[in-house]
Amino acid sequence: MTAVPALSVEDLSVEFRTRSGVVKVLEHVGFSVDKGETVALVGESGSGKSVTAFAVMGILDAAGKVTSGRALFGGADLLALGEHDLAEQRGRELSMIFQNPRTALNPIRRVGLQIADVLVRHGGATRSDAPRAAVEMLKKVRIPDPERRAEAYPFELSGGMCQRIMIAIALACRPALLIADEPTTGLDVTTQAVIMDLIGELAGEAGMATIFITHDLALAAEYCDRIVVMHAGHIVEAAPGRELFAHPRHPYSAKLLAATPGETVSLEKLASIPGGLPDLRRPDLPACRYSDRCERRLDQCAQPLPQRTVGERHVVACWNPL
Amino acid sequence: MTGDMPGPLLDIAELAKRFTVGARQGLLARATSFRKPVAPLPQLHAVDEVSFTIGRGETVGLVGESGCGKSTLVRLINRLLDPSSGSIRLGGAELADFKARTFASNPHRARIQMVFQDAGDSLNPRFTAADAIADPIRRLKKMSGAKLTARVEALADMTGLPRELLSRFPHQLSGGQKARVGIARAVAVEPALLILDEPTAALDVSVQVVILQLLQQLKRELGMSYLFVSHDLNVVRLLCDRVLVMYLGKVVEQGPAAEVFADPKHPYTKALISAIPQAEPEQRIGRLRLGGEPRSPIDPDPRVCRFYGRCPKGTPRCAEEMPLLHPAGPARQVACHFA
Repeated sequence: MTAVPALSVEDLSVEFRTRSGVVKVLEHVGFSVDKGETVALVGESGSGKSVTAFAVMGILDAAGKVTSGRALFGGADLLALGEHDLAEQRGRELSMIFQNPRTALNPIRRVGLQIADVLVRHGGATRSDAPRAAVEMLKKVRIPDPERRAEAYPFELSGGMCQRIMIAIALACRPALLIADEPTTGLDVTTQAVIMDLIGELAGEAGMATIFITHDLALAAEYCDRIVVMHAGHIVEAAPGRELFAHPRHPYSAKLLAATPGETVSLEKLASIPGGLPDLRRPDLPACRYSDRCERRLDQCAQPLPQRTVGERHVVACWNPL
Repeated sequence: MTGDMPGPLLDIAELAKRFTVGARQGLLARATSFRKPVAPLPQLHAVDEVSFTIGRGETVGLVGESGCGKSTLVRLINRLLDPSSGSIRLGGAELADFKARTFASNPHRARIQMVFQDAGDSLNPRFTAADAIADPIRRLKKMSGAKLTARVEALADMTGLPRELLSRFPHQLSGGQKARVGIARAVAVEPALLILDEPTAALDVSVQVVILQLLQQLKRELGMSYLFVSHDLNVVRLLCDRVLVMYLGKVVEQGPAAEVFADPKHPYTKALISAIPQAEPEQRIGRLRLGGEPRSPIDPDPRVCRFYGRCPKGTPRCAEEMPLLHPAGPARQVACHFA
């Protein structure tokens, strides 16, 4: 694999202003995705996975504010681009698949036209060619009987089919970067497998960089080259998938793996993670946001977090790693 | 009413539910039916002649993709829906004859309870945790006053819900705490059978573990039987003694969970187990992927195997003769000509 980062996120911090105070949702988040590489962002709800994606795409909620950092993509800093320039990039170079396809699709427009819209807006297709190209995209995501399905409205299609339409829209203009935010949540396992295979295959074909957001560690390990583990707005560990499963170094990653029902463990052997996420509004948040839950805590942990390289592309933010 | 009867706790025999689809509604339908006899309306076979049992203290897992009839089956057993035919016997009593509309006031109501999928959506937002837990006890056990309060507190302790949270409303509780309220409410009237519909689907893994362990412990302490509906096959494998696999309204395979997972016999079960994500690449060899969409459940041809068309095997015989559930090993059954 050639190590050309398609996207490089550096020192990204995001705050949300709420009635009950400022919430430090992301702090000094940094990672990169190479061309043709698939990177998973994993963590529990509230860990900042989606906010990271939204910040990169420039679709943060109005209450959210990027307070520091850069997101370098094709020579430009996405975080510094104006709304007009960003809108040109989204859909063409940057693309996103959302969690719930039924709410993300337009309910009153035929799905073929929704794909055609993207091709006209970003792909340089004409209104008369676009519908035919849309049917081609439907074929590509393996929708049976594409000519007829192009005429359907989202409510006439199953959840798996709607997700394929979303994929077709996202990939219509062959983007350089795809962000998939829990694309298979709510789908059956059999459908999930087919959808994930499809994303992997199409991404590989086009040499696309992919960020895959999930809370399912096994799914991340199966489909991604590297896994980035997030906890309370920090990246605590980043490693190749198999390496992370075999040798997790951050105490939180280890606990997360121990809590995941897998191949051989019994219910008694599964361990929960003590404590909860810290309140991110606290003015005195500790340097390590896991330290209140951690069994391996040292006095040193009050110091700013280190970035320790512990192996080939394996980085852990911990003073006392496993 | 006591569970002293021999035999299984729940005995489902040839249970079926068919929904009429495409009916013309209201006055117009009645007016036209005077003139000429209309052709029978199409029927959607949601649950088709399903038979199985659940033993005392047993946990049975029910798996299958959305639209396979799991939820309809659960609603039939739970007596929220009237079956088209078949029997539902619970500890010797026939429940299929009672009407779903009046079952809420039936003395058998307390014996089957349910934990719903999303604890947030299934709790009344205007009820505190204590109200939610007390409601079924008040209605079905006619308890009130200090006795009721004591019972609610005992249930909170049993399900690991701190007592000081009892006065809170659902929006003031975390996902795990809401799940505990949902469980406390369901076990409050001491049911013999607890139906769990994806009880941990909305929870993070760390919370899921705690809730699954709580369910396991409650089952032992209270001697309940579980019918556990889930998409997560890893959870089913951990929690269930036996597993039923449904496809388009039919049970296509059943047997001890460990055996079914280690050696699935029906091609659909094989595909289902192949779809479990695997971190280890060696585990991914020889996987089966399902293409296409399921057949239509509306007026299905009774001779054609329901899985025909999607099945990698699919021979002409499968399109002429519906495979019946037949024994495949000591405690196993499978509905496939080739298993």
